[in-house]
Amino acid sequence: MPGVPDVQLSSLYQQLILEHYKKPRNRGALEDKTVEVHMRNPACGDEIKLQMKVEDDIIRDLRFLGDGCSISQASVSMMTSMLKDRPLDDAIALARRFTEMMHGDPEAAKDRSLKDLRALQGVSKFPIRVKCALLGFDALQQAVLQSRTATGDQESAPSEGS
Amino acid sequence: MSVTHTHAAAPPVPTLDVERIREDFPILAQEVNGHPLAYLDNAATSQKPTAVIDTLRHYYERDNANVHRGLHELSRRATDAYEAARATVAGWIGAPAPSELIFTRGTTEAINLVASSWGEANLAPGDEILLSELEHHSNLIPWQLVAKKTGAVLRYLSLDDDGRLILDDLPGILGGGRVRIVAIAHVSNSLGTINPVAEIARQAREAGALVAVDGAQGAAHHPVDVEKLGADFFAFSAHKMCGPTGIGALWVRGEILERMPPYQGGGEMIDLVGKHESTWAALPHKFEAGTPNIAGAIGMAAAVEYLRTIGPEAILRHEQDLVGYALDALGDSPGVRLFGPPEPSERAGVVSFRMAEAHPHDISTVLDREGIAIRAGHHCAQLVMQRFEVGATARASFYLYNTKEEVDRLVRGLDTVRSIFGGD
Repeated sequence: MPGVPDVQLSSLYQQLILEHYKKPRNRGALEDKTVEVHMRNPACGDEIKLQMKVEDDIIRDLRFLGDGCSISQASVSMMTSMLKDRPLDDAIALARRFTEMMHGDPEAAKDRSLKDLRALQGVSKFPIRVKCALLGFDALQQAVLQSRTATGDQESAPSEGS
Repeated sequence: MSVTHTHAAAPPVPTLDVERIREDFPILAQEVNGHPLAYLDNAATSQKPTAVIDTLRHYYERDNANVHRGLHELSRRATDAYEAARATVAGWIGAPAPSELIFTRGTTEAINLVASSWGEANLAPGDEILLSELEHHSNLIPWQLVAKKTGAVLRYLSLDDDGRLILDDLPGILGGGRVRIVAIAHVSNSLGTINPVAEIARQAREAGALVAVDGAQGAAHHPVDVEKLGADFFAFSAHKMCGPTGIGALWVRGEILERMPPYQGGGEMIDLVGKHESTWAALPHKFEAGTPNIAGAIGMAAAVEYLRTIGPEAILRHEQDLVGYALDALGDSPGVRLFGPPEPSERAGVVSFRMAEAHPHDISTVLDREGIAIRAGHHCAQLVMQRFEVGATARASFYLYNTKEEVDRLVRGLDTVRSIFGGD
């Protein structure tokens, strides 16, 4: 009902999330990409195309195209804004930490290294929407894997966890 | 419905006593997230009346046994009830003989049965299977699979901007002389469009093609007579029409069914078994390998009996009243885009829409907090989403127990969505 605040809803739809949803960062095509992953959620139709330029295991640039709900699009927007000029290992660490928060880990939810992404912690109370929040990170992990496979650096490929 | 009949010729379709009907559905009398449940996801699955729940309970408490095997009293009762259910369910769609009705797990298995058994025996390279862009994946993927196996080719009827099939293309496609089967939804699950199946079937028949109807939505939301439709196959599910999940039926015109090879092998479907060759049971048992979903079939028949007391014409009219009401209200709601035919008479109780401000998932989450259950997504109809160039829609779907007050709550819920997502 309009006017009656719903605590769970307002914790889900934090201003920061809505702001990233309406004004997504790094949205668009990346011309000199070295890797591209197209990730879909077949259950609901959300999709994200993540493009990265990776050199010497460093993400030099990354952009995304996508169509989906506020949670999936805000999540990937926040994610891309944190990973420019960061090593692939940092990307994997971020994906793991974020996944822990989505699965309700209270320590992860306090971790300042997650920055804006912490605004998404309310999603963990909506189990059906958790996969929306993780879609961009699934794409990220796949992109990292592909980057390492392409350069023959398979030993440090992330294990399939969580 | 442009013809006006006198009362003597055709009694008027009665109006539903929805308040009384709601009492038949115990699940509706609950609160969700602190609000009365408004269940508007009936195209996904319907709720079950006490009559069906009691029938299942009675069967398991008194009559449960395997069918067509035992020589004892319980087996006789179970067999009688199972076969009586077949006759009841066959009667719901106007099937000429109960022996032409095969119980399946649902519409999906029924269509897979047609595609595998009829398709593999009858399709040759270059033969055409005519589908439409409107189809649910269950009437799409089985045909893609059989096309790959046989070398047959898939053709499609397109949709116009209002979500109607473009029938003008039909003579040209059929005129090629290669279409062996037309497989089409009776009612679209994503847009609600009621397709002109009888007209399509008439043209298909003239061109020598068979007609398979996906009746998952049709049998639940529209009176069905397979003879009047001109169908050769009609597939439907119990759970969309007040019955249990995991049970459905396939009707096949007798002379076609007699020539179809078995779909699955096992007990129940055999006559004489040898080490290298066996012979098959009489119809319809040849197509029901293994112990069937006995309770499900009996529950499906109970659902049919229940719906019969209310009347399929009255149910459809009630749904179309709600659709008309919802289309008007949503049409007045700022930033709402509606999909599907504008005339309620052209559709069953389904309303698909999008909002300018928010994605369908977000709409659904906000409405759920107000106790309103809708569906958001591609509705297993990705070709429809591609046609309208959207990734997803929000879908409210109505049934006999829904009310205008629930539609009002849906529309007010969109105000909540706007209050969260509106503005910059």
